[in-house]
Amino acid sequence: MLGGLTNGNQQPAITVNHLTMAYGSFVLMRDLNFMINHGDIFIIMGGSGSGKSTLLRNLIGLNEPAGGEIFYGDQNFTKAGLAKRQEVLTGVGVLFQSGALWSSMTLMENVGLPLEEYTDLNPDQIREIASLKLALVGLKGFEDYYPSEISGGMQKRAGLARAMALDPEIFFFDEPSAGLDPISSRLLDDLILDLRDSLGATVVVVTHELASIFTIGNNSIFLDAETRTMIAGGDPKDLLAHSKNPTVHRFLTRGEGERL
Amino acid sequence: MDIKAALNQFSFDHRDDSTLVVRLSGAWRLGGEPSSAFLADCERQLSAQIRVVAFKASELISWDSSVIVFVVQLSGLCYRHGIHMDRGGLPPGVRRLLALAEAVPEKKGARKEAAKATFLEHVGHTAIGAGDSLGEMLKFLGEMAVTFFRLVRLRVRFRAVDLFLLVQQCGAQALPIVTLISFLVGVILAFVGAVQLKQFGAQIYVADLVGIAIVHEMGAMMTGIIMAGRTGAAFAAQIGTMKVTQEIDAFTTMGFSPLEFLVLPRVIALIFMMPLLCLYSDFVGVLGGATVAVEMLDLSWTTYVRETIHAISLTDLFGGVFKSSVYGVLIALSGCLRGIQCGNSSSAVGDAATSAVVTGIVAIVGACGVFAVVFYVLGI
Ligand SMILES: Nc1ncnc2c1ncn2[C@@H]1O[C@H](COP(=O)(O)OP(=O)(O)OP(=O)(O)O)[C@@H](O)[C@H]1O
Ligand SMILES: [Mg+2]
Repeated sequence: MLGGLTNGNQQPAITVNHLTMAYGSFVLMRDLNFMINHGDIFIIMGGSGSGKSTLLRNLIGLNEPAGGEIFYGDQNFTKAGLAKRQEVLTGVGVLFQSGALWSSMTLMENVGLPLEEYTDLNPDQIREIASLKLALVGLKGFEDYYPSEISGGMQKRAGLARAMALDPEIFFFDEPSAGLDPISSRLLDDLILDLRDSLGATVVVVTHELASIFTIGNNSIFLDAETRTMIAGGDPKDLLAHSKNPTVHRFLTRGEGERL
Repeated sequence: MDIKAALNQFSFDHRDDSTLVVRLSGAWRLGGEPSSAFLADCERQLSAQIRVVAFKASELISWDSSVIVFVVQLSGLCYRHGIHMDRGGLPPGVRRLLALAEAVPEKKGARKEAAKATFLEHVGHTAIGAGDSLGEMLKFLGEMAVTFFRLVRLRVRFRAVDLFLLVQQCGAQALPIVTLISFLVGVILAFVGAVQLKQFGAQIYVADLVGIAIVHEMGAMMTGIIMAGRTGAAFAAQIGTMKVTQEIDAFTTMGFSPLEFLVLPRVIALIFMMPLLCLYSDFVGVLGGATVAVEMLDLSWTTYVRETIHAISLTDLFGGVFKSSVYGVLIALSGCLRGIQCGNSSSAVGDAATSAVVTGIVAIVGACGVFAVVFYVLGI
């Protein structure tokens, strides 16, 4: 599943039309419209509790949209059946906000399981690839640890390695740098850029880290809990320079220069 | 001076007719008298002329959140009476914290509606909830049926390691408790029988009573109930926790069906372990009965064993073992169902475990009744 950028189609990787998200009768966000292009590093911004994780869950089919549609390429994901959805999702790697490593398996098994399932590699090769992925996130030597034996930040990184196991075309990362020290989170930014540049991957990231938003992001949306919809979109650097919206501006400048 | 007396002190001053000054003094601690008691005092002081409430805190030795809570409550009171509150006299730290607490406006629609439901509403909600949960259960059973179908066609995937661990967990590790309970049930049955049968000099039939009761019914039933409490709850808690930590979501997005990957091995493990446990329980139960008979009724071991073998047929034995296998399926399914339905918090995991045990036991007893009728009709 390598390639990506070279496939040359102009169609966006993901298109979201009039998406409404709700928990029961509690409408979280309505009328979200945006496109994620191939090779984008797409940032989902918004205050805590605004619905960023929920948006990711909608995009990967864990929550059903209360309205609107999601397209992967020209495939209508919202209307697709189980088999079709699964087919789409094999090209997707997800890092959950809590890491969500399988607690009964070692890191090696966590990363190796998708490989075992979806490839014909023999156990030695799987071990090798899994070790490589763990090394990429700085967890060389922790292959035989269980998730409960490593720290929260390490679990996050192991989750990242698992998401990368099958070299997917699209990544969804929910706050990948939360719980990481500044250096590790810099390395993580580099890794995300590498995923895009060398594998041609599209990366959708939920993050609050302003430094990484500006370093890696080339497209974004901003979810606002107050108005219950997206209030801005586009390159974060442009948003910083030109956005007239006070909420967005305050977010991107950490509200500095004003008394909160 | 009594330390207690210095806690949470306050008094009132009337600077002029329209201003009430609340004087805080001593050390304010959360452990002291609750501020709700003071509030009534304050309300009594609010006469019609008073337009402003102010504070004086020069004698305040130390303070914590108790002061904040008091001021917030008092400001609510003032707001209701249309009185202005002048916070100038409060220590600067208190003023800053108050400002911080009031800086972010309450999110609209975030507060849960605490509307008190009427009885009828309650009944309605419960009925709808029961309908929903029945639907969920049917969906789960349907999906499990499909999964089994795939199992027959050898198209399922789960880790063999998981199965072995589960077999160990719900097989070998359950032996001690099964031994204890089965032995005691055998002993109790023998006691009850012995007292009655002795009156007719028919002590030897204790062996028949214990043998038939245990092998036909109690062996399967007791292992079923033990396993519902032990393993059913564990299944619900394991799967529920995986739900909370999003591990199930990770399975789903990677295209592993949680039913295949988590539920199926558990069902298989119990299907195979329950009959073995049941046979073992039969054996230990009869042993318990024999112990009583030998000790109390002066029967010899050989007589007892011969009478037992004479009393029970192979059909009884297989009937019991078959039932236990069905109970195994019921326990595993109810445990896993409750786990999959589990909410997103640790208390939900506890609820899931509880409800798994209840569902499991109800299912076992229900199935037991059905078996009794069916076996009777079939003449077994
Ligand atoms: N399972 C749920 N049931 C009901 N409401 C939920 C549920 N999960 C989340 N919510 C609500 O949805 C809102 C958004 O939650 P979400 O987890 O998407 O926020 P977020 O933007 O990811 O926040 P954070 O940055 O803190 O992770 C929250 O206000 C929460 O009240
Ligand atoms: Mg989140």
